[in-house]
Amino acid sequence: MSSSEPAVVLRDLRVAFGKVQVVDGVDLTLERGQAIALIGESGSGKSVTLRAILRLFPEGRSRIEGQILAAGRDVQALTKRQLADFRGGDVSMIFQEPLLAFDPVYTVGRQITEAILRHETISKGEARERALALFERVRIPSPERRLDNYPHEMSGGMRQRAMIALALSCRPQVLLADEPTTALDATVQIQVLLLLRELQRDLGLSIVIVTHDLGAAVEVADRIAVMYAGRIVETGTAHQVVLDPHHPYTIGLLRSRAEGALAKGSRLQTIPGSPPDLANRPPGCPFAPRCFLAEERCRREMPPVAEIAPGHRVACWRTEEAASAYRAGPTPVRAAEPVLA
Amino acid sequence: MSVIPDGHDPFARDRGGPAQPLLSVSGLYKHFPVRKAGGKKQVVRAVDGVDFDVLKGETLGIVGESGCGKSTTAKLLMGLIERDAGGLLYDGQAVGERAMPWRSYRREVQMVFQDSYASLNPRMTVEQSIAFGPKVNGVPGREAVERARALLARVGLEPRRFAGRYPHEISGGQRQRVNIARALALEPRLVLLDEAVSALDKSVEAQVLNLLLDLKAEFGLTYIFISHDLNVVRFISDRVMVMYLGRVSEIGLSDAVLDAPAHPYTEALMASMPSLDPDNRTAVALLAGDPPNPIDPPSGCRFHPRCPLAEEVCGVTEPPLDGIRPLHRVACLARQPGSGHARAPNPALAA
Amino acid sequence: MTAPVTAASMALDGGLLTADDAAPEGAFVSSRGFWGHVGHRLVRDPVAMGAGAVILLVVIVAILAPWITPMDPYKGSMLRRLKHVGDATYWLGSDELGRDMISRLMLGARLSLFIGVTPVLIAFVIGSGIGVLAGYVGGWTNTILMRTIDVFFAFPSVLLAIALSGALGAGIFNSIVSLTFVFVPQIARVAESVTTGIRRRDYIDAAKLSGASALTIMRVQVLGNVVGPIFVYSTSLISVSMILASGLSFLGLGVRPPEPEWGLMLNTLRTAIYVNPVVAALPGVCIFVVSIAFNLFSDGLRAAMEIRQ
Repeated sequence: MSSSEPAVVLRDLRVAFGKVQVVDGVDLTLERGQAIALIGESGSGKSVTLRAILRLFPEGRSRIEGQILAAGRDVQALTKRQLADFRGGDVSMIFQEPLLAFDPVYTVGRQITEAILRHETISKGEARERALALFERVRIPSPERRLDNYPHEMSGGMRQRAMIALALSCRPQVLLADEPTTALDATVQIQVLLLLRELQRDLGLSIVIVTHDLGAAVEVADRIAVMYAGRIVETGTAHQVVLDPHHPYTIGLLRSRAEGALAKGSRLQTIPGSPPDLANRPPGCPFAPRCFLAEERCRREMPPVAEIAPGHRVACWRTEEAASAYRAGPTPVRAAEPVLA
Repeated sequence: MSVIPDGHDPFARDRGGPAQPLLSVSGLYKHFPVRKAGGKKQVVRAVDGVDFDVLKGETLGIVGESGCGKSTTAKLLMGLIERDAGGLLYDGQAVGERAMPWRSYRREVQMVFQDSYASLNPRMTVEQSIAFGPKVNGVPGREAVERARALLARVGLEPRRFAGRYPHEISGGQRQRVNIARALALEPRLVLLDEAVSALDKSVEAQVLNLLLDLKAEFGLTYIFISHDLNVVRFISDRVMVMYLGRVSEIGLSDAVLDAPAHPYTEALMASMPSLDPDNRTAVALLAGDPPNPIDPPSGCRFHPRCPLAEEVCGVTEPPLDGIRPLHRVACLARQPGSGHARAPNPALAA
Repeated sequence: MTAPVTAASMALDGGLLTADDAAPEGAFVSSRGFWGHVGHRLVRDPVAMGAGAVILLVVIVAILAPWITPMDPYKGSMLRRLKHVGDATYWLGSDELGRDMISRLMLGARLSLFIGVTPVLIAFVIGSGIGVLAGYVGGWTNTILMRTIDVFFAFPSVLLAIALSGALGAGIFNSIVSLTFVFVPQIARVAESVTTGIRRRDYIDAAKLSGASALTIMRVQVLGNVVGPIFVYSTSLISVSMILASGLSFLGLGVRPPEPEWGLMLNTLRTAIYVNPVVAALPGVCIFVVSIAFNLFSDGLRAAMEIRQ
């Protein structure tokens, strides 16, 4: 893979489970050495998008369409054997719950050395050396001793670090992280986020992180993609998305945060209504029924993706109105009309 | 227009007057025995000497990380587990004694759990779950159902559509609304919210927080709000209490505590909150490693092994929870005159 | 509460909108309920439905047997012994005393079902009671009850049934009593483990906080959640019970001749196994088919009861 080629490219990715179109046309490019955050709420399709990069779905029950390029490979074209090498070798993944990634009956060190030996032909001793180096790399205290721990003997934060070490064991180019810090305490979460940032910088790792927490996204990601109902509605640098949002949904997410409240005890601004039924998508913009700026056109036609600044793309008919509404400050912006008839 | 007969007058059931704390907790202890490998018996000091008051009409936030004892404290306050030692005074009356038996106390104090699904009986409809409490307290069936429907409407769930549904048929946010309605069905004065919004999506969380604010105003409620999210706690709480390894490390008005933390642990917690400013990302984590295990807490100040201000005295002397300002108490030797800590304020000046 | 509920506040969050959302004004949407869902799913399970049909057929035959048997099941004829299956008069042949097999099998279904199902039903009630109590109360009560129950597990169920029947003496009533004793510990054990699993749920805590007594919580909150799994387990015991009951009759500890009962018939026909093996095997086939039907039905029931979140 040449150095100019992006680490991950998704072109019109669509994933359906039965009649439910969970991911509905996602375009995404991640340059090498960059970190991008996919943020959204439950059901937005962010985790499914992430898993599609490794084709982590049962063959029969899901339908993946579109193009997936990761670490220079066409994921859709990989055979079963190639896929097994690809997972962990070129692209690896960490999860919210590290206990699921480890086998409880073997020591953590053994599982990491085995993962290395599966992908490379080196001696056992060398593999163990490498596992030790990885443990130091992810800053596990007294790494030599910890390699011989069983997963349940480690604390939550340490397990998370060990899982990152396992994910890095075969020198992947791309690291996928699915809500890696959601289950952690605040003081531990920030350590893990900083570790991810450090790995990205030091190893030139490309990272895709899925999270529902804007704060966590800002801490690690260079770019942020906001997902709603299986589509990316706004993408740009963290700066662009968080400080100069142009999509009403992004604005809603920013405004509903408790730290953005106008005054203590005043009501928070919320996004009214509920996400659409993915099995029965209405025509037009999926966010229209909950949008404070929605007009007739939004309910009829899907808005195109507009590039409003270099690298800042928004799928909305009324980006300018949205941006100026945000700049005008937190004035009450609520749906004036009933959401459901 | 209230669902609850005397709900519009929050003081109708008041005994001690507004200055008397609604709930007063003193010397609360709970140790759980555990058996470690090798059969050695040990104890988890889940709650290890906790005192605090909940004032009438306030929202008291309780924050801390896993193992700090906040959830155990909640269960002790509700009597779901038995306390080893300590006293609970509800509006001046000792809970569990003749004047305030548990049964009457529980009509005054209700709880909302974190897991909205596990806290609803999967075989009962939403309406049956809400009406259960009033029914066992002698409200006739018909009336209990009426009350359940009125409460459903009050928490924003249209009774016609939701009363007959089962928990798995509604979303997480809707279930949490049902749990809130159930807690209110017994007309409590104090509601304990144990991570009640933590499992919800951010935008749903905002809706539920708004609902909690509205209900508090309408029914004159007092809240104890337990959460790990400092931003949410700051938003909803009047006062905040920070716990660490089974003890209170700092308590005070939430703006005072969170804007100018006096305890180094509170400061570290604040610094751990992700910033929302891409130009000012967090540079270093103030604390390394995980919160320690409450099985074998450190001697002296429990925070001293991780504390940037730690001195020798911190490993020896256990800091008392002392007031440094009106309404602001801190358990840190570096803030207490005459404690022997180099940074301690001069006793003469303080006096 | 007369504040107008705006449509906006109705659809506050989450939840995919379903057909129910278009409910007509004024009507309360009533959900199908848990058992409604189970029934709905059960009907779509062809295996369970087939097994159910077999059980239903046998039950109907058993009930109507005295009126629909083609011949007198008690009247034999030495001249017409051991006719083969497919005989012009005796469609399923005749037994060693020349009695019509089909009539005896039909009438035998009554006793076989009765002594197969009754012990399980009684054990279901007693075992659930013990198990739920032990599981909910926990502590010493649990230890005492469950250790006592464990004593029964020391014996294989067949041995226990034979020993108890032998001690009590032969007869229908005694074999039912002994079989009940065999099943109570098994059902109690399952009931206890299911209840223990539920006791720690938050909704039980919430019920305690509402001031409900332990008995009310067990009745209203616990029972509804445990009765299903226990019932499924119990239905799977019916087949065991039928086989054990037949075994007792076979050994002469259950039903006495000339009453037709499948186990007993198997016993008396065994002398004819070399003369007319097909007829001799018929009662065994009946036992087999009905047991399998109960097992398959209970499997289907369990599958239908697995609720998704």
